[in-house]
Amino acid sequence: MNVSFRIDFAGPFVSVQDRGRPGFMRYGVTESGPMDRTAFGILRRALEGPETFRALEISPGGVVLSCCSGQLTAGVVGGDFDIRIDGARQPAWSVFALSAGQKLSIRPGPSGSWCYLGFAGQIEGPEWLGSGSVHLASGLCGRALTAGDVLNVARARPRPDLHAAFPIPDFAVLDGTVRVVIGPQQNHFAPEALRALTTEPFQVTPEYDRMGMRLKGVPLVPCDALSIPSEALVRGSVQVPGHGDPLILLADHQTTGGYPKVATVITADIDRVAQARPEDRIRFRAVSPGDAVLATRAAHRAAERFMDDLSGWRGSLAERLSRTNLISGAVTGGAD
Amino acid sequence: MTPLAQPVGDCGVILRLGDHISPDIHADVVAMQTAVTAAGLPGVTELVPSYTALFIGYDPLITDYETLSASLSALTPEPAALKAPAVREVPVCYDAELAPDLAEVAERTGQSTEAVINTHMSGDYMIYMYGFAPGYAYMGGVPKGLRLPRKQTPVRDVPGGTVCIAGPQSLVTTMTLPTGWWRLGRSPFRFLRTGDGGDAFPLAVGDHVRFRRISRAEYERRREGKGGA
Repeated sequence: MNVSFRIDFAGPFVSVQDRGRPGFMRYGVTESGPMDRTAFGILRRALEGPETFRALEISPGGVVLSCCSGQLTAGVVGGDFDIRIDGARQPAWSVFALSAGQKLSIRPGPSGSWCYLGFAGQIEGPEWLGSGSVHLASGLCGRALTAGDVLNVARARPRPDLHAAFPIPDFAVLDGTVRVVIGPQQNHFAPEALRALTTEPFQVTPEYDRMGMRLKGVPLVPCDALSIPSEALVRGSVQVPGHGDPLILLADHQTTGGYPKVATVITADIDRVAQARPEDRIRFRAVSPGDAVLATRAAHRAAERFMDDLSGWRGSLAERLSRTNLISGAVTGGAD
Repeated sequence: MTPLAQPVGDCGVILRLGDHISPDIHADVVAMQTAVTAAGLPGVTELVPSYTALFIGYDPLITDYETLSASLSALTPEPAALKAPAVREVPVCYDAELAPDLAEVAERTGQSTEAVINTHMSGDYMIYMYGFAPGYAYMGGVPKGLRLPRKQTPVRDVPGGTVCIAGPQSLVTTMTLPTGWWRLGRSPFRFLRTGDGGDAFPLAVGDHVRFRRISRAEYERRREGKGGA
């Protein structure tokens, strides 16, 4: 079955994303993909999506869409957004039914900047270099959604067995500390600037999109910024142009740049950083590359454990209670 | 020189082979890239050559900085000079309408527009790196008499196919974007094509480019024949 949605309203930067297109940075093509890859991965598992699963990435601008035909199962994961179906509040991380005539609104809630909306079924859209991720800056694989657009979901189906409400795990929430590996161009900064990076607080500014996030704090002015030949950047690079405000590069970052990189946010923390909002404060903490890899592997295991337990949150409260009672009943029975 | 390895977060190693832009240093970058590709090291996800460095991206769930940098330091790259470089001819139409900055470049470099065109065509260009946007190949090799600093203010909405220069570099744009470089002409040759994988990018870092002049009529004809050039 094909189910279509009409976009009644969309804030800026609302786009279709899949796992991204790695391997083409050498040709100037950035990886793209979700700003919060962890949240996206959880949504995919919650909906039992394929490797090529696509979701709608919703920015702090929010989105309102109307289901025009049929019925299907939908899910939202990421940040702590205000989710409503025909005005009725829905848990921020949940899987639920939608049918023709219903209106789903996703607006910023208490925290978070990016939320993912996916379906049992696949969102239709163009593909480029093996990925359906929209690259906003080039327009090479679709564009941001705007009011009046139609979103089609192919092979859409109701999957009531997947319906659930999940708690927001601690690992998804930024606690204010962001781990970085210093460098690779720390030698372009004075010792005071390097010290300030890990001792002074920085604030997220409204200059924030899929390419990166500008921070404000003690200026980290590089010593000889103009003499560096361009080289590769990564998601997480903390680049400092002449103005001295650090920029954390994110999903749609340019592949190369000539401004010095003072540090690199580790993979374990980059998704939480992307969920920060303007005015949030962060402090950087330096770790070794070895410890960074260990932290990233630990974070990956924590997310895997959470995903392995998703089925425990499925069903209505009554169903979950009866499941629990059956298990505890069996245990009690065994003890008797 | 011995490459200097530095960690890039928990997902990359950057190998620096020099600190200034030169064909020799870049040849070492390309040779190192060839060696890393041939080694097939586990966990490697991206290889990005640039002017003086090679970036090696890795999956932190598969490998780590210590393991990868040890493997990299054990590699012995073959000098790139042993291999004849690929040379591609890129047609350019220097028609005034398609070359909005030609007259100003002539004025600023104190020569006729014909002399600017001939000087631009006389250069032996080489792709040092891709960057900025998909398919943007940064080529070095602009002859000395044409080297101008980039403009103070970028021009908006410069169309794809624009052949432009700034300092020692030349570039053929692939999409409509702003640029502060000087626009000398337009090419029907596509550095970025439809299709997947390598087919999308016909030229590789290290390839040489020669510009060849074509008429407006030939430009229009080749531009319409969707097959690139």
